[in-house]
Amino acid sequence: MSGVRVLAGTRKGAFILTSDGKREKWEICGPYFAGWEMYHIKGSPADPNRIYASQTSGWYGQQMQRSDDGGKTWEPVGNKFVYDGVTGTHQFYDGKPHPWEFKRTWHLEPSLTDPDTVYAGVEDAAIFRTTDGGKTWAEMPGLRNHSTGNRWQPGAGGMCLHTILLDPANPKRMFIAISAAGAFRTDDGGESWKPINKGLYSQYIPEPTAEVGHCVHRIAMHPSKPYVLFMQKHWDVMRSDDAGESWHEVSGNLPTDFGFVIDVHAHEPQTIYVVPIKSDGEHFPPEGKLRVYRSRTGGNEWEAMTKGLPQSDCYVNVLRDAMAVDSLDECGIYFGTTGGQIYASADAGDSWAPIVRDLPAVLSVEVQTLP
Amino acid sequence: MIRVLLPAHLRILAKADKEVELELGGPPTIGAVLDALEARYPVLCGALRDHATHQRRPFVRFFACEEDLSHEPADTLLPEAVVTGKEPFLVVGAIAGG
Repeated sequence: MSGVRVLAGTRKGAFILTSDGKREKWEICGPYFAGWEMYHIKGSPADPNRIYASQTSGWYGQQMQRSDDGGKTWEPVGNKFVYDGVTGTHQFYDGKPHPWEFKRTWHLEPSLTDPDTVYAGVEDAAIFRTTDGGKTWAEMPGLRNHSTGNRWQPGAGGMCLHTILLDPANPKRMFIAISAAGAFRTDDGGESWKPINKGLYSQYIPEPTAEVGHCVHRIAMHPSKPYVLFMQKHWDVMRSDDAGESWHEVSGNLPTDFGFVIDVHAHEPQTIYVVPIKSDGEHFPPEGKLRVYRSRTGGNEWEAMTKGLPQSDCYVNVLRDAMAVDSLDECGIYFGTTGGQIYASADAGDSWAPIVRDLPAVLSVEVQTLP
Repeated sequence: MIRVLLPAHLRILAKADKEVELELGGPPTIGAVLDALEARYPVLCGALRDHATHQRRPFVRFFACEEDLSHEPADTLLPEAVVTGKEPFLVVGAIAGG
C-alpha cells in the first residue's frame, strides 16, 4: 500500500512523520539534529530515499546533511557556500551598499531527474548548485550579478532566496523568488535571469510597480501547467498565465491577502490553497481562527476550510515553506505552524487534523508520496 | 599534545569525544589548533571560522587558562600549560539566543 512521508524542519531539529495511504495513524521520528534550525528538508523526485537537509545555527553556521535511506541515517556533506568572484553590494536596511554575506540555506530543490543535483537558495540571496550529491556547491552567479542586484534589499527575515521552481517541461527554465527583490526566471539553465514582476504593486516601496524590490513570499506551480504561476506576496495573492511575464491579482474574497504559503492541488491545477494571516505586524490568523482558504477556480473565489482547525484563540503563523501536498488519489494537504502543530487533510482540504501538536516552531514541511 | 574541549553540538556533529587530542606539526598557535581540528574533523570547517575569510564565527569563543583568546590573532602562541597538555583549549558556544 502506498504511503506518505512528511519531512518537517523546525527551529530545534528535524522530524519525519510517516503514514500509510489512509493517513490516519502517524509514526513520528526525531528530533534529528536536535537544537539546530532545520530550514528545509526535501527528497529527490528521482530517488525518494535520497533526502537533503539544510541545518543551520546562529553559533556554528551552515551544515548540509544527506540521507540515502529515506531519513533513517544521515551524513554531513559539503557546507562551503562561497560566492563566485567579486561579491559586490546590495542595499542594506539603512539604504547603504552592503556586501553580500552568506548566512544560511533557506531552500533546497532537488533535480527532477538526477538525485545528485540539487539547487540551493541562500541568504544573502543567491542560488547554488551541487552535481555531486552535496559534496561541493557552486554558485550560479548570473542571478546575483543581475544588473538590478545592487538594488535588492533584505526583508525583515533577511535577504533570502526562498523559492525555486523547476519547469518539468523545460529543463532550462526555472523560477526563483527573493525577499525583497521579487521573482526571476531563467530560460537558459541559470546563465541569465530576468525579473518577472510586471503587474505586482507594492505600496511599501517608493515606486510600487518597480522592476525589483517586491517582497514575494512564495510561488507555486502545477507541474502539468508550468506557465501558470501562483504567488503569495507580502500583500496580494497573484497569478500569472504566461510564465511570469505578467501578473494579475486573484485575492478576491480573502479576509486578508497577506500570508506566506501558497500551494496547488496535486491533480487539479486550478485548485490552490493559502492561509491568510493578519498583517502588518501581527502575523497571526484573523480573529484567532486558523483557516485554509481554497480556490477551485485558480483564484478570486475562495472558500474557508475550517473543519478540524482551531476556530478560536489561535495565534500561530504559517511560514512560507511550511505547506505541501501529496499526490495520492485523494490529494493530501499539509501545513506546519509556529506553534509546533502540523495539520493534515486527507480530503483535499475539506477536513483537517493535527498529526503532531507540540513540535518546536515549524519552518518547513515537505511531503513524499511513497509507492 | 594539545587537549581541545568541544561544545556539545559540535561533538555530536563531528562524532567526536568531548576531549580531542591533537598533535601540532609547527608552532603551537591558535590558528594551528584550529587547522588541526578541521583537518581531523572536516565537518567542522565553517563551523568555527568562516570558510572564505577564516574569521572566527561571532558566537564561537576560545578560552584557555582562564583567559579569553577569542580576539587574539591566529598566530598567537598558546599558553605553555595548553602546549604541555596540562590545561585544555576550550571551544565555547557563546551564551546567546533561545
